[in-house]
Amino acid sequence: MAIIEQDTTNPGFKWIGTRPIRPDGYEKVTGKARFGADMMLPGQLEGAVLRSPHAHARIVSIDTSEAETMPGVKAIVTGADFPDLAEAGAGAADLDLAVNVIARDKVLYEGHVVAAVAADTRKQAQAAIKAIKVNYEVLPHVLTVDEAMASDAPILHPGTRTKNVEPAPEADSNVISRVVQQLGDLDAGFAAADVVVERTFTTKPVHQGYIEPHAAVADAMPNGRVHVWCSSQGHFAMRTMTATVLGCDPTRIKVTPAEIGGGFGGKLSIYLEPLAGRLSQKSGRPVRIVMNRDEVFKGTGPASGTKITVKIGATNDGKLTACQSWLGYEAGAFAGSPVGAATMTMIAPYQFENLLLEGYDVVVNKPKVAAYRAPGAPMAAFAVESVIDEIAQKIGMDPIELRLKNASVEGSQAAYGPKFPKIGYVETLEAIKNHPNYQIPLGPNQGRGVASGFWFNAGMNSSATVHLNEDGNVTVIVGSPDIGGSRASMALMAAETFGIDVARVQPLVGDTETVGFNDVTGGSRTTLATGQAVTEACEKVKVDLMARAAKTWNCDVADVEWVDGQVQKLDGSEPPLSMAKLARGWGRTGGPVSATASLNARGVGSAFSTQVCDVEVDPETGIVRVLRYLTAQDAGRAIHPSYVEGQFQGGVVQGIGWALNEEYVHTAEGTMDNPSFLDYRIPVASDLPMIDTIIVEVPNPGHPWGVRGVGEVGIVPPLAAVANAVSNATGCRLTDLPMSPMRVLDALNQKSNGGNGH
Amino acid sequence: MKYLAPKTVEEATTLLAEHPGATVFAGATDVIPQLKAGRPEPEALVDLKKISQAVSVSDEGGHWSIGAATATAKLTGNKALAAEFPGLVEAAGLIGSDQVQSRATLGGNLCNASPAADSVPAMIANGMRAVIAGPGGTRTVAVEDIPTGPGSTQLQPGEFVVSFELDHAPARTGDAYLRLIPRTEMDIAVVGAGVRITLDDAGNVASATVAIGAVAPTARRVPAAEEALVGNPINDTTLAAVAEAASAACNPIDDKRGTIAYRRQVAGVLARRAVVAAAERAAASTNGASNNGETR
Ligand SMILES: Cc1cc2nc3c(=O)[nH]c(=O)nc-3n(C[C@H](O)[C@H](O)[C@H](O)COP(=O)(O)OP(=O)(O)OC[C@H]3O[C@@H](n4cnc5c(N)ncnc54)[C@H](O)[C@@H]3O)c2cc1C
Repeated sequence: MAIIEQDTTNPGFKWIGTRPIRPDGYEKVTGKARFGADMMLPGQLEGAVLRSPHAHARIVSIDTSEAETMPGVKAIVTGADFPDLAEAGAGAADLDLAVNVIARDKVLYEGHVVAAVAADTRKQAQAAIKAIKVNYEVLPHVLTVDEAMASDAPILHPGTRTKNVEPAPEADSNVISRVVQQLGDLDAGFAAADVVVERTFTTKPVHQGYIEPHAAVADAMPNGRVHVWCSSQGHFAMRTMTATVLGCDPTRIKVTPAEIGGGFGGKLSIYLEPLAGRLSQKSGRPVRIVMNRDEVFKGTGPASGTKITVKIGATNDGKLTACQSWLGYEAGAFAGSPVGAATMTMIAPYQFENLLLEGYDVVVNKPKVAAYRAPGAPMAAFAVESVIDEIAQKIGMDPIELRLKNASVEGSQAAYGPKFPKIGYVETLEAIKNHPNYQIPLGPNQGRGVASGFWFNAGMNSSATVHLNEDGNVTVIVGSPDIGGSRASMALMAAETFGIDVARVQPLVGDTETVGFNDVTGGSRTTLATGQAVTEACEKVKVDLMARAAKTWNCDVADVEWVDGQVQKLDGSEPPLSMAKLARGWGRTGGPVSATASLNARGVGSAFSTQVCDVEVDPETGIVRVLRYLTAQDAGRAIHPSYVEGQFQGGVVQGIGWALNEEYVHTAEGTMDNPSFLDYRIPVASDLPMIDTIIVEVPNPGHPWGVRGVGEVGIVPPLAAVANAVSNATGCRLTDLPMSPMRVLDALNQKSNGGNGH
Repeated sequence: MKYLAPKTVEEATTLLAEHPGATVFAGATDVIPQLKAGRPEPEALVDLKKISQAVSVSDEGGHWSIGAATATAKLTGNKALAAEFPGLVEAAGLIGSDQVQSRATLGGNLCNASPAADSVPAMIANGMRAVIAGPGGTRTVAVEDIPTGPGSTQLQPGEFVVSFELDHAPARTGDAYLRLIPRTEMDIAVVGAGVRITLDDAGNVASATVAIGAVAPTARRVPAAEEALVGNPINDTTLAAVAEAASAACNPIDDKRGTIAYRRQVAGVLARRAVVAAAERAAASTNGASNNGETR
């Protein structure tokens, strides 16, 4: 795993770029770390949730009378126990949030919550759930973009008119909105092309597949305050959303973050928190609710299923001249698929002068989609990068050469608006091209595929507080849940800023009342934004300590300097004051030393990744095995390289699963047919080769340490990289995911029967 | 729900007679997930793993006796058994993961009666017999006759399988089991094929058993494939006939794990590949060496 040092002015870091053991590691490997389901309070009740068995139905009545009398049952809630936010004038997103947490007059997908029970034991709660009688009037359902857009489709949300179409539509629709990206002259662009390739692609909904199921504990006080423990990607967001659904001010609620066993975007929203909160308010006891895997599949996530057409033109010498695309993204039961992000990211790696990208946000009777690593981008990249691969084949050009010829660079116009600042896309292409993996000869039935991807990354709001302790060591408190090793990165940035051993820094994640506001751990933003807040807070502590040293020495602050964790007098006339000495003397210099930094992070550095995948296809069974996989991604600066590599590899692994076997399978009744890890096939370790990584470092000029986000872009290229490799191995262009053995054998059969394999 | 742990076969049959609503279990790697998924709880669970006869593996001279409640890890770890019946042991070794195999058993795999059970085609291919204990004494039944459909067996109330009998293999015999799963492990067979081949001195097939799994309500033999092999060399013609016969013998369902067309086509492929693997093992085998003094 080579680190390509692109920065010619070696910054000479002492701690950044090293790989110390993570501060939270001991607790995690010894089982002491407390995850969402591990909270246990005196008098705690156990909850269970009743979910809709139908994809679409009107709730005619709910009868809880029998359940209420059952042994151990302490409280039951239905939609009627929650405020009607429409009456309160809430916006569409909040209304959807509330109705997604618990249905009111209609259920919109199998798994939609209808009621919840708190009882002394989980078994009692589950028995009570079964005794609740719900009378449903089953309605016809739609499951795909095509079904939902059909002229006679049943409408999920009557009264919905598609936004952003001219003229304004007069009929109800399942299409919530249309988004468009447009540039140049499409006709002229295609007229200038020597080859034009157009293909239609489909992908299925896939789940984020985090190993830890959702869990929440709520403890309501008699004064109306509610304390919630849950694992999430952002406890401040959980607080706001829970308050919205319960109809109270956010500060009536305190959220303590548990350790999180994976999120990938799927733990950005609330599901159980308001249910546990209301049950606790009704029963006067703490209530815990823990999902099982079936509930996780049916009630949370997934990422959108999609249908995407891409048409790209190119000249014989490899100039891309025009791109047109139509994208339909399933939003699940409520508005809000990431189709907008898809249109903005899909061609960002390339300089297209002419384009028209039209996206549609479409509701279907499936769970409301949640973010999943670079939300929206992987499916669109699958389509674009497959077509670019085919163009490279048609004009006989190496796929990396073709990409290099058209690559976005610093200063080039991004289709979605800005001109790119310093970016490292070309460097990722070069890194792959120059790696030995790209030259290894392939055997029979083997194929190689290349693909690239782009993700914006986010900045947003972060706060951090740094305390100097009485022994001279420091505590760093952040409000960003640690999903991918961020405690370790925060400690490294603090150690570097102070010039002290990283072991002297204790990083921790504070609750919503211990530390200033923080946005979610998402958008690959935490190391960038929260890292910036940590660095600023450390700088403030340094400034304070230098002032106190000057005071001690009775000299001007300008006459002291900070060197390696201590303050020195420039003229050397006094022995240096270490942080420990300054801490010991703080009673004489103004008391304990702490500082907080709260900021809206600017200088976001977007990220590119290029990947190459080698596969072998069994021509008689359609089984695809991944032989080799190499990813090169621009990290800007790798603060803790092991966790950067971990993010690269994790994104690739999830992308390989998406490409080969993961999918929601639905029955004709609109229910999920494979809600377990047995039949929803995420890759197991033996399915994968070592995912080789190249950390490309083109420092982000907008960040004190040069950081870009690394968490998301790694999942953008794999769908296409694997598909291009399979296509190369078989001579069949695979356009429908997942490329399960059945699909691949089907394509091979069609090819041997004289078709083109598609 | 009661937990009962008899120490002898007699104690077990008595307990089962006393508790007509009881279910026996061995590894419980099927039973527990089924209960968790909402299957009604039985009156009692009867643990077979405390019965020594049901958890031992021994060479009885003419045949092996394999306790029906023996963890498959004990089979994969038995060098003599693995050397004589590599296909059977590989099939047992495919069940789940290391953790699952420290509990899972051949008896449970067979009596759970999943059409996709991995060890069953290999047991059938090797002509294994089940020794069944019950209220009326013991009886011995060919493994292939035990499952009668998905989730059902010919076992009568109060009966359970104590052990399996496996005759020693004749010289120049090899067995193989292959399955197709989309992943590399922790998955359910979409198609499985178990084969045993005995070659004659000329290298032609003297006898053959071909069994396929996951492609019909129960694992089944493919007599047409066996007939195509016997008396013939292993070559493209016989292998094509095997594949065709195996595909034709399928009576699969269309479900989330595989379409009918896919299962048919791949059953042919796997049966053919398993024949090749078994025949290669037969040609290289030292089976029976101690009986007839041959060394190969
Ligand atoms: C994670 C996981 C992965 C798995 N992977 C596979 C796989 O790859 N391939 C595969 O084939 N299976 C697989 N299984 C299923 C299961 O492990 C096997 O079927 C196993 O062989 C069952 O054995 P057991 O002893 O645990 O059965 P148990 O659960 O104890 O019993 C299963 C059934 O057989 C009955 N039974 C058990 N023993 C006897 C007996 N001696 N006489 C009469 N009836 C009996 C029980 O009453 C019950 O109905 C998997 C299971 C899990 C949990």
